[in-house]
Amino acid sequence: MAAHNLKHALFCAIVTLVIAYPILGFNLVASGTDIILEGAKTRTVILVLLAAVAVFLFQLFRDNVMALLGKAPALNPLANRQPMEQGKRLKLESIVLTLIIVGALFWPFFVSRGAVDLATLVLIYIMLALGLNVVVGLAGLLDLGYVAFYAVGAYTFALLSQYYGFSFWLALPLGALLAALFGLVLGFPVLRLRGDYLAIVTLGFGEIIRILLNNMTSLTGGPNGIGGIPDPTLFGMEFGRRVKEEGNTSFHETLGIAYSSEHKVIFLYLIALVLAVITALVIRRLMRMPVGRAWEALREDEIAARSLGLSRTAVKLSAFTIGAFFAGFAGTVFASKQGFISPESFVFLESAIILAIVVLGGMGSQIGVILAAIAVTTLPELAREFSEYRMLIFGAAMVLMMVWRPQGLLPMRRTHIELKAQE
Amino acid sequence: MSMLVLEDVHTHYGKIEALHGVSVEVNKGEIVSLIGANGAGKTTLLMTVCGSPQASSGRVILEGRDITRDPTASIMRSGIAIVPEGRRVFSGLTVEENLHMGGFFNTKAEIRKSQDHVYDLFPRLKEREHQRAGTMSGGEQQMLAIGRALMSKPNMIILDEPSLGLAPLVIKQIFEIIGQLREEGITVFLVEQNAHQALNLADRGYVLETGRIRLHDTGKNLLANPDVQNAYLGG
Repeated sequence: MAAHNLKHALFCAIVTLVIAYPILGFNLVASGTDIILEGAKTRTVILVLLAAVAVFLFQLFRDNVMALLGKAPALNPLANRQPMEQGKRLKLESIVLTLIIVGALFWPFFVSRGAVDLATLVLIYIMLALGLNVVVGLAGLLDLGYVAFYAVGAYTFALLSQYYGFSFWLALPLGALLAALFGLVLGFPVLRLRGDYLAIVTLGFGEIIRILLNNMTSLTGGPNGIGGIPDPTLFGMEFGRRVKEEGNTSFHETLGIAYSSEHKVIFLYLIALVLAVITALVIRRLMRMPVGRAWEALREDEIAARSLGLSRTAVKLSAFTIGAFFAGFAGTVFASKQGFISPESFVFLESAIILAIVVLGGMGSQIGVILAAIAVTTLPELAREFSEYRMLIFGAAMVLMMVWRPQGLLPMRRTHIELKAQE
Repeated sequence: MSMLVLEDVHTHYGKIEALHGVSVEVNKGEIVSLIGANGAGKTTLLMTVCGSPQASSGRVILEGRDITRDPTASIMRSGIAIVPEGRRVFSGLTVEENLHMGGFFNTKAEIRKSQDHVYDLFPRLKEREHQRAGTMSGGEQQMLAIGRALMSKPNMIILDEPSLGLAPLVIKQIFEIIGQLREEGITVFLVEQNAHQALNLADRGYVLETGRIRLHDTGKNLLANPDVQNAYLGG
């Protein structure tokens, strides 16, 4: 055992050196028009060596360290608490949620524009993750092409506004419905597939949509994307300095306040907030309805679910369609926020990130997924100071999460469905 | 009056024919046992009744209605319930929630009534009402699977190897319950490898061999039949 550990630890230390030294140990220095390779400062080299030693020691004593870490959760006072009574918990939950939503409503007026912008993005990801949670977390269908529905929503708005001058509010339901239709269409051929096969087909579907958008140059502008997507209006009031469309008034003139570019950002944030809350509430409701229980039954045991007279087709299609619907929602908001979209925004990595959010949050758990969406979206931004290492930190955080909480941040707690006595 | 009739049913998995023209009749209020060795086609026969896979020729008639080409979901909602092989309870759900899934298409009042009825049949389930189904013993899970099937208030219940992997005492208990179901007027179609008990309980029995019905008689006669004794009752 010890000999094995020693060998393993040595190997790990060497790998650390081999990886870290070429990256950190040399600097590119510009002198005139040339770039010269220089050795790094002694301090950096010492740090690299120290890191290798640390890895060596950790690997050598990993059993002891992991045993200690395994005990750590027991120190957590929350771990042993008794589960709260159901009625009390639900009450507390709704109070906390209301407070958070009220706080979120007023929050953007006190922070910087960048923070509000980031928060809007977080809310878009929350919508996406909640939608995917229906497909992956509740119905247990692994969908790797979820971003396709997001793209459908975004492009629906972009194209409708470009060719027919549709406004945001008109395009929002249309984008969501069209995405839902795509979900339905994709659902049919993949119904018979499960697990890996389903993942591959959905992955292919995601790529098909992206490549289509990239190559239908005459319609979508191909890789050049579509720009000039209008901002949402508030009862015909525009948020720009000058009114673009006839018949509209401008927000700052109507209210008689000075023009500020922040109004638009805050307004978009509020729209995203309202839509995210609607998404969460609708899905929460669905989870408690028979269709939600049917999703879970199908995930738990397909044969048993079918033996009870549930139609596999209807249950799977409903999950796909509803998931896609909310992706379309999110896509429309995204297009409006960016003002410009191109197929670049809808690559496979996006699907992977949304899936990572669902898995990190705890499959099926809404609050967990929301927390994970916040964490996954803001972490790379917060770590921006570390510039190129931020993805490294992001990856490390993911690995640690999977080691300590493989079931996710807040795993789904099954809500107990009780029948009231009917007297 | 017949509950379920299979007329010259052929079933294929791809190109392989698993049932070569099987005819079975189950009358209302009867317990009918189907016995046979591994791979004889017992489960295939049941699955054909459920429409998954569908019979490639022949007819399946449930209460006078031809259901051969009906989709599985609609068959399972027309007064027939199946307890699948290997129990297949929803392990993450509690006992109560499992039962409620069984009454998925019924009203709340109906669910409540059938739930009380199931708890009367299986007092053990009542004790475990809020326990996750996956944490229970095999016998309890089998009771739950039967209870779940009863939740839809079926006229006929199909059991696929209910004694599989259970202790003799528990098997005895399960078979007692099956006898009780007959008293309540529920038709039972029982598929078993445990031939002795299955035939003892049954009004009539069928012996299935490599996709064909070999023998068909009353349960008592089959038990006494030397061929059956040799092949299925250990001589």
